[in-house]
Amino acid sequence: MISIVQVYGSMLLTALGRTLLMTVLSLVFAMVIGMVFGLMNVGNNRMFNCIGTVYVDAVRGVPLIVLAYFIYFGVPAGVQGIGFAGFRLSGFQAGFIALSMNCGAYMAEIIRAGIESVDRGQMEAGRSLGLSYGACMALIVVPQAVRTMIPSIINQFIITLKDTSILSVIGFPELTNVGKTIMGNTFKNLQTWAIIGIMYMIVITILSKIAKRIERRVNHDR
Amino acid sequence: MTDRLHHWMLNADSCKIHVTNLKKNFGKLEVLKDINLDVAEGEVVVLLGPSGSGKSTLLRCLNQLETATGGRIIIDGHDVTDRHTDINKVRENIGMVFQHFNLFNHLTVMDNMTLAPVHLKLAAKEEARQRAQQLLCRVGLEDKAQAYPSQLSGGQKQRVAIARALAMKPDIMLFDEPTSALDPEMVGEVLAVMKELAGEGMTMVVVTHEIGFAREVADRVIFMEGGYIVEQGTPEELILHPKERRTVDFLSKVL
Repeated sequence: MISIVQVYGSMLLTALGRTLLMTVLSLVFAMVIGMVFGLMNVGNNRMFNCIGTVYVDAVRGVPLIVLAYFIYFGVPAGVQGIGFAGFRLSGFQAGFIALSMNCGAYMAEIIRAGIESVDRGQMEAGRSLGLSYGACMALIVVPQAVRTMIPSIINQFIITLKDTSILSVIGFPELTNVGKTIMGNTFKNLQTWAIIGIMYMIVITILSKIAKRIERRVNHDR
Repeated sequence: MTDRLHHWMLNADSCKIHVTNLKKNFGKLEVLKDINLDVAEGEVVVLLGPSGSGKSTLLRCLNQLETATGGRIIIDGHDVTDRHTDINKVRENIGMVFQHFNLFNHLTVMDNMTLAPVHLKLAAKEEARQRAQQLLCRVGLEDKAQAYPSQLSGGQKQRVAIARALAMKPDIMLFDEPTSALDPEMVGEVLAVMKELAGEGMTMVVVTHEIGFAREVADRVIFMEGGYIVEQGTPEELILHPKERRTVDFLSKVL
């Protein structure tokens, strides 16, 4: 075990860095996706509701590994088929798109639920003062919804971090993928996967602790 | 009908609120069936009636928190049932006070009161703050500007809610059961503020179960049941000498 750490230490840390980078990038983009589709789902516009529901159901209905394969292999094949022969996506690009889409669908649900948890009277009071729907959302409803959403968003962050391991199948050299490489070189199954597991565990435990602290701070303010 | 009432009815043009043939359905349920109502400037109208009679719905139709199914509502010459009317602009002149206060929980009392006037550019921040402070004095809460709603009692919350509505300088105020969610000992302080407002000539439409308030403050009392206006008149006529059987029944239960 120690020899693996000595030989592959820097490689493991680089891989962990890629895992974290992928997580954060996907999460940021997923927030944007989630905001758009989440807001579509809370309004009363039938067309928007429909688009929002279809997106959320479609993406949540497909396992992430299938979505990753579809974007990494399927989409380039399709694009090549219509005449762009050289088109392909890197593991990073495809992984980023798949993870953002997947996480975005869950984020849309978190945002929808957060907004719906705010009493209807808040919107009505805002509207009765002459504020537009958008202004009421931005100034009154969303700021209150964010407080209830924070625990779920942090939870989703942790889930997304773990889901990056699925991207190892499309050749993105994140932590799990590097684990496979080390395993192939050393044939030390037990030690390699124990190290990888512990690395995930440490990072996630730290994040959970930070999450608890943020949550407590937010609740304290109320 | 008294001459005074008759006079109001005839002068629809001078009316603050002019409702004709208003209908409101929730799905198959007809909540308002055929409402005709005029409210003159400075008039205080109290709506009475059993729960489910449609009085709150009527009130909420006036500022279009509920969209009317049929009929017309003209507020200050603006047809709010017309899709082309800028409803937000009309609402700036109609204050509303809710049963459950609906203060913005994430904002201080001061920010609750200045949010809309500042955002809608009706007043500069400093001006809005000064006005808010004056209004807080009026409702007896001058020391609560920096408090959050969760730190206030029910009666205090409702007085802030009234002050928040007044910060928009409305010419009409709508009250939707403003004392129904309050502990009994706090009802008086809210009614006192409303009474003062009525005394200053504010046009008010009030849904309430406070018969005492209706008798003392209202210019006209309207009794509703089953989506219709059953009977209306001065407080004396309607409360002391009701003509309709249903009004008599209702009053015998609440008095």
